[in-house]
This record gives sequence, C-alpha cells and structure tokens, in this order.
Amino acid sequence: MLFLFLSASVAAVATVGIFLTLVLNGLDFFREVSIWEFLFGTTWAPDFFPRQFGSVPLLKGTFLIGIGASLIGVPIGIGTAIYLSEFAHDRVRRVVKPAIELLAGIPSIIFGIVAIFVISPLLQDWFGAPVFNAANATIMLGVMVIPIITTLAEDALRAVPREIREGSYALGATKWETTWRSVVPSASSGITAATLLGFSRAIGETMVVTLAAGLVPTMSLSFLEPTQTITAFIANRAAGDLPTGSVEYLSIFAVGTVLFLITFVINVIAQYVLARQRRRFG
Amino acid sequence: MRHITLILVIAGSVVLAGCAGNGGSSTESDLRGNFKQAGSSTVLPVAQAWAEAFGGMHRDVQLVVSGGGTGSGFNQFCRGEIDIADASRPIKAEEQAACAAAGIEPFEIQVAIDALAVVVSRQNDFVDHLTVEELNRIWTADASKQANRWSELRPEWPNERIERFGPGTDSGTFDYFIEVIIQPFDGKESKGRSDYTPSEDDNVLVQGVAPSRYAIGYFGYAYVHENADKIRAIAIDEGKGKGPIEPSGETVAAGDYTPLARPIFMYTKGAPTGALQEYFRFGLGEEGQALVEEVGYLRLPADRLNAMREKVG
Repeated sequence: MLFLFLSASVAAVATVGIFLTLVLNGLDFFREVSIWEFLFGTTWAPDFFPRQFGSVPLLKGTFLIGIGASLIGVPIGIGTAIYLSEFAHDRVRRVVKPAIELLAGIPSIIFGIVAIFVISPLLQDWFGAPVFNAANATIMLGVMVIPIITTLAEDALRAVPREIREGSYALGATKWETTWRSVVPSASSGITAATLLGFSRAIGETMVVTLAAGLVPTMSLSFLEPTQTITAFIANRAAGDLPTGSVEYLSIFAVGTVLFLITFVINVIAQYVLARQRRRFG
Repeated sequence: MRHITLILVIAGSVVLAGCAGNGGSSTESDLRGNFKQAGSSTVLPVAQAWAEAFGGMHRDVQLVVSGGGTGSGFNQFCRGEIDIADASRPIKAEEQAACAAAGIEPFEIQVAIDALAVVVSRQNDFVDHLTVEELNRIWTADASKQANRWSELRPEWPNERIERFGPGTDSGTFDYFIEVIIQPFDGKESKGRSDYTPSEDDNVLVQGVAPSRYAIGYFGYAYVHENADKIRAIAIDEGKGKGPIEPSGETVAAGDYTPLARPIFMYTKGAPTGALQEYFRFGLGEEGQALVEEVGYLRLPADRLNAMREKVG
C-alpha cells in the first residue's frame, strides 16, 4: 500500500523538484541581471560583449514557431477528427487511425532530419530561403502535433451524447448541418483543449528547432529567416561547456523557468476546459 | 565428479583463449593503453588521422577522439576527464589556473599549422577578395561601421543581406578570428556581433554556406580542402602591401597568408611518456607530418618541428 502511494507521488514530487531547480537557479540569475532587461530587452547575446540578456527574441522565436505550427496542425487535426468521428467509413477509420498513431510514435529527431534534408532544400528552391529558417521547423512541427490534436478532438467529439445528434436529425437537419451546428459546438471545450495542448507541445519541442531553425536570436517575424527558440538555446547551451554558476550558465534556468511557466499555464487552462466539458455531459 | 571435470574443462578453455588473444601477431605489442582525446574541431582531422594510423600500428593502444570545441576540450582536460586536449589556440590563463587547481600541468605541443579560411559558396560570383577591414565590418558589433548588406561594402555588389556562419563561442577558431580580425580594431573586450548561425561542427557550417549565394563563413582550411566543389576560400588582403593572398600550402609556408595562419596544438598532462610519447614521436615524425598535409593542413616549419621533437624527447 505504501509502495503504491509512493509510486503515485513520484509524479508530483518530480514536478515540484523540477520547478524548484529552475526557480532557485533562476533567482541566482536575476541577482546579476535585471528582470526589466530580461523581460523587455530585444537582444539575446549572453556570450558576446557587451553581454545582453533580452529574452524577447527567444520568446518571439518560440511563439512564432508555436503559432505557425498550430496554424498548420489545428485545422488538419480537427478536420481529421471530425471526419473520423462523424463521417468516415469503418474501412477508412481502420487505416487512418493506425497511421496517426504511427505518426505520433516517430521520434522527433527523425522529423529534424526530414526538416533539414527534405523541407529545407524545397524552401530554398521555391522561396530562395536560407538553409536554416523558421519555416523548416514550423512545417515539421505542424505535422508533428496533428496526432495529439486529432486524438483529443476525437475524444471530445465522441463524448457528445447520441441524444444531441438524434435530436438534430429529428428536427430535420442533414448530417452536415448536424455535425457543424450541433456536435462540434457541443464539443468545443474539448476541441479548445486539444488546440491548447497541441500548441503546448509545439513550443516545447527541442530537436527539430535546434537542427533546422538556425540558431540566431533575432526580432524578425519572417518565417524565411533563421531564428532561435528557448528550447534550441537551452539544448545548444547545455551541450557545450560552461563554468557552473556563471551568468551564461544561469541564463538557461531563467529561460527554462519562463518556458515551464508558459506550458504550465496552458496545460492548467486546458485541464480546466476539459473538466468543463465533462461536467456538461457527465 | 562429472561436474568438476566440466568446470575444469571450461576454466581451462577460458584461460587458453585468453592467452591466445594476447599473444597475437601485432608488432610492437608492448605498447598499450586507452586514451581519450577531445577539443578543437579544427585539430580533429589531424587527431583522427594520427589515431587511425598509430592505432593500426599498435593494436593494444586505443585512442578515442572527439570534438566539442577548444574551450570544451580544455574544460574536460582540466577536470582530468581526457588525456589529450586538442586546441586551435594556446591555453588561456584562467584555463591554466583551473588545471593547476586540479594538479594537472598542461604540456603544450604544436602539431601543425592551420590556415583559417574565409569562405563563400561556389554560387557566389561577385566576391573576388576581401580586405581585413571589410572582414571586420562584416563581423563587428560596432553598429557605426557594421555592414549588413553586401552593397554596403562595395556598391557594385548585390544589395542583399549578408548571411553569416561561424564557429560558436566555445571554439578556438572563434577565439582566433576575433583576436586578429575584431580586437585590433574594436578593443580587447569585443567579441564581434552575435547574430550569426553558430556551430562547433564545421560540417554544419559548410552545409549552411554552400547553397547560398549571399552566405559567408570561416573555419579551418582543411574543411575547404574537403568541400572544394561546394565552397571556395577568398583571398585576404591584409593591407600591408602584399595584395590579396589566397590560402594554400605555398602561401602559408611562405608566411604570406597573414593574419589568418596559426599553429594548432595538443596538450598532455605533463611531458608524455610511454605510449603517448611514441604517439607524438610518430605525429612529429615524417609519417605524421605527411598525414597532416593529407588532411589539408600544413606541416610545421623545420625549426619549429625540431624544437617540438626535442621537447617531446
């Protein structure tokens, strides 16, 4: 019994532990760098002279790629979910569902390689883009989040009770009208949660952005320019060697805390939205 | 009883197998050891070539070689994690202090001469040469003289943004480039501009520069040598009257390719002994120096080579 309790508490302890590690080291960082500069500065150059710790370029990179990936993944993911849940033949479902599971299981490094060796040359040819740019990562991430969004959205759609659909048919609606006017709005909470979690996954992704997006922190909003996200910065920095305790080292924890907080908040909102859907339909 | 016999037979076979393995046919099997070597990606091709050749001659000597950047190599070396630190610049004072604190005495051995090449893609048809001053303007952090587009350097060049690629700040190549191209103009503290695509892996830099007409990068000459079909090294004019000089075996040996030619190093814990001493005798010998040229570097000039041979003993 005690063992089971301990097992269950590992998750909570780990989360708290990680959070504390980030925050405590982050506080050390802010002893040397002003929060003002960190939150609003527009140049991120920890190793250069003069040292600058403005995190806005990293935040811009993270959100640019996250939002871009969502713009690709959300419509496709939700569309797939609606199709599978409401319209698809059994035969189609039997092929498409496993395909989506397979897509979800592909390691992110493979996506990274595809981004460099397939997507990047295409973008270079079509748009004259540089080798490393934000679009490489955005497109690949858009594809990567489709399984998460599809699965969650489909769960939400299935949770909508039969009565709603049958009531709609009873009133003379077509299947198309029923789907778009009754079923989907009823599942809106779940679909919103799916979108949020897909977005959260996209901004937390590391491998693809480190390999393919370039490692230049800029303020540019163009997808065809190299950019750097928080995750890519941390990965690149952690792979090198830095004197422990130096400001450049501590900067990892500062941006790590920011990333943790963003994904934490999004996940909390998503959980709340999902709970609300459950309450509506029991 | 039967079991004891079985055990004895098995034990006997194991012992015999062990003997047979050790008494192998390799020549000079008196040398043995496992050594770890890491650091500069510039020195890496030399380290790999030497390790392969030397390991082939002495089968009981294992040399594990990796990159990671000069700074990273020294960090590991001063923590006692590796036996040889590869470096494309001399050890810094603070690194020396870190080693001393760990009781390690860094022993410096020059192994070859490297030319730092400034490269553009073969698709770049407009750059013929660059002066050191123009190079400074491309990489400087000083906003008043920064060049962001090729046309800002010379009006006849395209009005396109310069895409910069270079080693990361852990790299000795980075340190050296900053030392000779940035610091003489911008002061000892400056480290150049930070908005370029960094990588400690020179192959990634080649990949970035090769497809783009407006890209520029810098790294060790050996990588140009290897990728000559995709990129080309630009002639550099130091402004001291010699005109633009392209990096090559001849120009570096003659001392003309300045300021971007530099020695590269390997550091050991104190003077090398045993297998490591043999390794360096090999590397500084005719075979080792010939390998240096094969991978695209330049052998040490005769006087320095003799000095190093004496140092290693």
